[in-house]
Amino acid sequence: MNFDKEFDASGLACPLPIVKTKKSLNDMASGQVLRVVSTDPGSVCDMAAFAEQTGNALLESGEEGGKYVFFLKKA
Amino acid sequence: MATKKMAIIATKGALDMAYPPLILASTAAALGWDVQIFFTFYGLQLLRKDLSGIAISPIGNPAMPMPVPMPVLVSALPGMQAMATSMMKAKMKKKGVASLEELRSLCLEAEVKFIACQMTVDLFDFEKSEFIDGVEYGGAATFMKFAGETDVCLFI
Repeated sequence: MNFDKEFDASGLACPLPIVKTKKSLNDMASGQVLRVVSTDPGSVCDMAAFAEQTGNALLESGEEGGKYVFFLKKA
Repeated sequence: MATKKMAIIATKGALDMAYPPLILASTAAALGWDVQIFFTFYGLQLLRKDLSGIAISPIGNPAMPMPVPMPVLVSALPGMQAMATSMMKAKMKKKGVASLEELRSLCLEAEVKFIACQMTVDLFDFEKSEFIDGVEYGGAATFMKFAGETDVCLFI
């Protein structure tokens, strides 16, 4: 999937993947896509909850090479 | 959708108890919530410019996982608290857990409002100059004004 920006949260524990994902989205334009990579298993549920509560769409969520990868479309 | 609100009363100043208010506040702020933390009693320690004195003690904490079984009287020996604190901090760093300083900065950056309880500031003779900038001072009524409008209100 194409994306406009990437945030690598590898090695970070809760709540940093979510808090820093939000920071990464701050300077993006509506409709742009952010790719987030995380090693925190908790971020799978957390990213879905983040998307649901903020209106940013979670386009795709999956695992890649032992890491969790998310695509968020900024609201 | 109306902005959700959360109020937290932070009353503890030990390393483990310092985390929950800052984790929840920074996360709620990232979700777009309006958040205030009211720091009182030992929670005021979290507002000091220098957080290096925040420690954890194995004393009176039987649930704390230890590398080897530790009798209470051994935990009470001089230096044990400093050792437990540095071990905990090293473990946190290794596991990618943010430092208290980092979480606190993330809160302030996300406009979480920090309120110091004036009564306990006076009680412990804290100087405002010991605290970080951006802290407001108030009492129970100040807290209740915001707390009364919140969706989530926690005492930690």
